[in-house]
Amino acid sequence: MLKISNLHASVEDKDILKGINLEIKAGEVHAIMGPNGAGKSTLSSIIAGNENYEVSEGEILLEGEDISELAPEERAHKGVFLSFQYPVEIPGVSVTNFIKTAINEKRKANNQEEMPANEMLKLIREKSELLEMDRKFLSRSLNEGFSGGEKKRNEIFQMAMLEPKLAILDETDSGLDIDALRIVANGVNKLKNENNAVLVITHYQRLLDYIVPDFVHVLMDGKIVKTGGADLALELEEKGYDWIKQEQEV
Amino acid sequence: MAKYTEDDLKVELETKEYEYGFYTELESETFPIGLNEDIVRAISQKKGEPQWMTDWRIEAFRAWQEMTEPEWANVHYEKPDFQAISYYSAPKKADPSKSLDDVDPELLAMYKKLGISIDEQKKMNNIAMDIVVDSVSVATTFKKTLAEKGIIFMSISEAIKEHPDLVQKYLGTVVPQKDNFYAALNSAVFSDGSFCYIPKGVRCPMELSTYFRINQAGTGQFERTLVIADEGSYVSYLEGCTAPSRDENQLHAAVVELIALDDAEIKYSTVQNWYPGNKEGKGGVYNFVTKRGLCEKNAKISWTQVETGSAVTWKYPSCVLKGDNSIGEFYSIAVTNNFQQADTGTKMIHLGKNTKSTIISKGISAGKSQNSYRGLVQIGARAENARNFSQCDSLLMGNNCGAHTFPYIESKNTTAKIEHEATTSKIGEDQVFYCNQRGIPTEKAIALIVNGFSKDVLNKLPMEFAVEAQKLLEISLEGSVG
Repeated sequence: MLKISNLHASVEDKDILKGINLEIKAGEVHAIMGPNGAGKSTLSSIIAGNENYEVSEGEILLEGEDISELAPEERAHKGVFLSFQYPVEIPGVSVTNFIKTAINEKRKANNQEEMPANEMLKLIREKSELLEMDRKFLSRSLNEGFSGGEKKRNEIFQMAMLEPKLAILDETDSGLDIDALRIVANGVNKLKNENNAVLVITHYQRLLDYIVPDFVHVLMDGKIVKTGGADLALELEEKGYDWIKQEQEV
Repeated sequence: MAKYTEDDLKVELETKEYEYGFYTELESETFPIGLNEDIVRAISQKKGEPQWMTDWRIEAFRAWQEMTEPEWANVHYEKPDFQAISYYSAPKKADPSKSLDDVDPELLAMYKKLGISIDEQKKMNNIAMDIVVDSVSVATTFKKTLAEKGIIFMSISEAIKEHPDLVQKYLGTVVPQKDNFYAALNSAVFSDGSFCYIPKGVRCPMELSTYFRINQAGTGQFERTLVIADEGSYVSYLEGCTAPSRDENQLHAAVVELIALDDAEIKYSTVQNWYPGNKEGKGGVYNFVTKRGLCEKNAKISWTQVETGSAVTWKYPSCVLKGDNSIGEFYSIAVTNNFQQADTGTKMIHLGKNTKSTIISKGISAGKSQNSYRGLVQIGARAENARNFSQCDSLLMGNNCGAHTFPYIESKNTTAKIEHEATTSKIGEDQVFYCNQRGIPTEKAIALIVNGFSKDVLNKLPMEFAVEAQKLLEISLEGSVG
């Protein structure tokens, strides 16, 4: 599904990623963990195509196609989805109107007709129920005045609507109480199948109790320094990151 | 991978094109350039006006000669040479007394290009339309249907002849001849415009609409609109404007007067899309307009405007809340791009008791444009319990444009309640990226954000108009014409 090789990237001449290699196959869940400033969010932004970062080396393949020169919307049309750590507010644009626009832009890019209104409505109903969202929520302005939990739930709702091939969840657990965390994780699990893949970026092991990863990678100082199974997350939770640093230095 | 910067955003915004910039070959009769008393008389004579009308014009002209152009607005432009303009131009074959079937096919083709198909209009939309090209009204639709309800909807030239009593009684009562420099000029030389009278207790069953088009080069357009809603009546009125793209500046100086008698309501909506000039700021229409409404007891006037065109806009649709319990509303979206300048807002003059006014202004600036809101809320000494709420929001795109707010408040009554809120925001790269990530391209993302920003005002427009206005916002700000 996704293959990243030797990815180097910088922002304002500061090197942040220093040779990332990562392969995610369809049907897999990967988690990237690491201390603050390791480059976790940078990696997710770069996969999504944020042009504030300069990619100096390496390639990003999605289903064998190099997407590193594509505009962010083109990547989205090909099935990349990023659940933002800090979703932005767009006053006056309702959740419904926004997702309708997103879906139809994607369909347009893939030479499909606009989704008929009744089909859209049905889909919205189905997916909002999956995320236990109040109907009133759908008519509110996008992220405006949303609580942290509502924002994240809305991100996963959009993911459910867009059915991406690769979903990147950037710190989706931050700002969530335990109930919201369960709902969000449950949503992600229901959407997961053998044709798509999920990349979870997180600080804490907590979310991984609900979304169980096949692989856990530790990102430190712009590089993946250790890879393991779900157990590695537990170990990190218990021992922190220092031991890996020491292991590296040895 | 190039970094997406403010500059890129700016470039995209600047590449818009003006869709209505075509010129139609119409055989026209155009007066020689220049202005003097003889020209004023000639206009009046050409239109076969009664003596009182000619005298009224001459009085205005004499006053105008003594006046100087106002300079207080936050706009900078080369003053028009009033002796270099032709004050009368009419498509030769237009004669409003004839039926639509007799209209010049060239004219019909032009309407089609503008998206106004009169045939379709007749059948489908519940909108009666008066079309003004250059100086004269060329077609008024639905006259018969309206006449059955006693509604008079015709060009003002016809009204002067057919309903002189009404015109004479109300013309200049809200915007006097000497009100200001441009109003005086308009009073002297206005060539046509629309007239509308809704009788007592009648609810106008359809939207009334005027479409203004400047076609001829080197002409000014000075139309005059007079809307009278008699006691307890209701009317919704729409106004649209376009002009060909030309290098020189064209002058448009209109006057609109609204009179809402006791318990009447007038809703007046404008989508103004005069040619804004090119990317270098060359050409474009100077839009110097005086619009004012008078509310008697329990009456209500709502102004809604979407201003995307003109090189320079100077316009303050206002309400004089004379009657007790009367209500004035002003909802405005003003978009400026490239070198456009807009100084627009409203005046709410509270004279009666328990009068209420609401002002919602949304200014959107891009390119090197300057967008100013200027508003006056005035509470008179006997306006007990007057209330006003004003909200002025500005949205900026890029770093070379400006947004300015000039609110003036004058209160002579201590029971008045006046609220003013203002915000300024910028379309953020993060907002655009968020939309991009969801598959929404930058142009569409900007349109979405702008529409969201303008929603409170767009919602006030009649349905058909709201769709058109949304499209217009997109065209005004997007990279390519959608």
